[in-house]
Amino acid sequence: MNWRKYIIPPTALIAILIIGWYFVAKISGLNSFILPSPINVIQAGWETRDLLLSAIGTTLLATGIGLVLAIIAGIGIATIIDFWPLARRALYPILVVSQTIQILAIAPILIIWFGFGLMPTIVIVVLFCFFPLAISTADGLISTDPDLIALLRAMGANRRQIWRMVRMPSALPAFFSGLRLAVTYSIVAATIGEWVGGSQGLGLYMLRSKNSLATDQVFVAMLITSLLSIGLFITVYIIERLVMPWYHSKQRKEQWDDTGIY
Amino acid sequence: MNIPRIEFKQISKTFSGTDHTVPALDDISFKVMPGEFVTLIGPSGSGKSTLFNLCVGLLEPGKGEILIDGEKPKKRPGLVGYMPQRDLLLPWRKVLDNVLIPLEVQGLPQKESRQRALEILPYFGLEGFENEYPSALSGGMRQRAALLRTWLMGRSTLLLDEPFGALDALTRKELQNWLLKVWQEFERTVMFITHDVEEAVYLADRVIVLSARPGRIKTELKINLPRPRRQSMIADPAFGKLEKELLQELGVDA
Ligand SMILES: Nc1ncnc2c1ncn2[C@@H]1O[C@H](COP(=O)(O)OP(=O)(O)O)[C@@H](O)[C@H]1O
Ligand SMILES: [Mg+2]
Repeated sequence: MNWRKYIIPPTALIAILIIGWYFVAKISGLNSFILPSPINVIQAGWETRDLLLSAIGTTLLATGIGLVLAIIAGIGIATIIDFWPLARRALYPILVVSQTIQILAIAPILIIWFGFGLMPTIVIVVLFCFFPLAISTADGLISTDPDLIALLRAMGANRRQIWRMVRMPSALPAFFSGLRLAVTYSIVAATIGEWVGGSQGLGLYMLRSKNSLATDQVFVAMLITSLLSIGLFITVYIIERLVMPWYHSKQRKEQWDDTGIY
Repeated sequence: MNIPRIEFKQISKTFSGTDHTVPALDDISFKVMPGEFVTLIGPSGSGKSTLFNLCVGLLEPGKGEILIDGEKPKKRPGLVGYMPQRDLLLPWRKVLDNVLIPLEVQGLPQKESRQRALEILPYFGLEGFENEYPSALSGGMRQRAALLRTWLMGRSTLLLDEPFGALDALTRKELQNWLLKVWQEFERTVMFITHDVEEAVYLADRVIVLSARPGRIKTELKINLPRPRRQSMIADPAFGKLEKELLQELGVDA
């Protein structure tokens, strides 16, 4: 990748924003309870590092388990929808409605059901993440080029072979865009879960910091949440490139470049 | 030797949509004998692709029946080699893995399949391209790969639907000569759809002309030009006469 073209601009912008933040915090003279400067934030992070590390571990664990379950659920739902037209009509609207339900409202219910601890957090991650996965995978499956399926049928392929050789690979790009969305939500979802009902993790760190007016620590938690989300996003991006080298081939990129869209 | 590879018996096909029906083919009967090269020409929408789709079992005829090697098979898919109008290479498979698809479908052992494909690759001008993704190939190379994939189905009859339709004139002539060469060398039977009069005459033992919708057989033209064909024959008066005849049948020779 042309890193000058893709890495320098965002890095420079972020640096400018941080410097801007520093000066606003300094010049405005606001108390650091209200607007801590970047330096306050780094200090606060360093002072609470032990707490933070174990919180990060917990949050990542809940996120990881939640994501795996969400992927299984997402692919499962997409497959059912794909195999069974009635299920598509019945499930699709319900899936959309499910996303309009206030997670904050069901969180307390989840605590009643599952008690405090990892479980409610995991369930919330699943609730947040299965949806983009299910929808994008289902869309990917249904967007398979029908001519490809016809060709395989004309060669005498059975349904299972067509599924494996054509349907699944054509759904991969859509699955991965769903996965990228899902992992981006996942950390935030986990911290919400912990905020509402967890007994540990970044969400709880955030809650405690807020309650003790340690605004700098709230900023630390926000920053770390972002970094973890970005890290997950990049991880998925790398996996995606390894799994679908054809999709990210040079020729394809050049075709895009030629269109002038990039 | 006298059993036709493919025999169409009074085939009719009508597509029915929600509010209207499209008669695509009407009372088509003809035979393709072993070793023959038959081209099929007709205006767009005359049901040429439909005829192939019937033959490979993607569609069922409304009336009539299709015999393959003298028998009416229970299931037609997989019995004849088929190359659709688009090359339809799978973008996520490298060239070699693409051409191996039919062997994979037939459940043949992978190692032998690869061996077989690698041996025949040079014949199709694909040597050195086996590990490329299709997106890296030129139009001509993609058609060669699609042809090789059809070839590796291992059937004695090949149905090719406008395989060279989208190629530039030079590549097209090159591939025509090459196709005739492998057809003769490997003694296959070919049915070939084209919308190009010159191509139809140049390749064929026999040209079948379809009428506009619904497709009916308008005429059959025997091409008695000597083989092997040479591009220079196109300039011969005999060739011109055949082309003229075809153009008249197609109603484009004013
Ligand atoms: N699956 C289908 N459903 C409905 N109509 C079709 C279908 N396939 C082909 N047709 C119609 O049948 C006619 C013949 O199509 P086709 O066989 O593709 O013609 P050709 O290949 O000679 O151009 C066209 O009018 C086309 O719109
Ligand atoms: Mg056609």
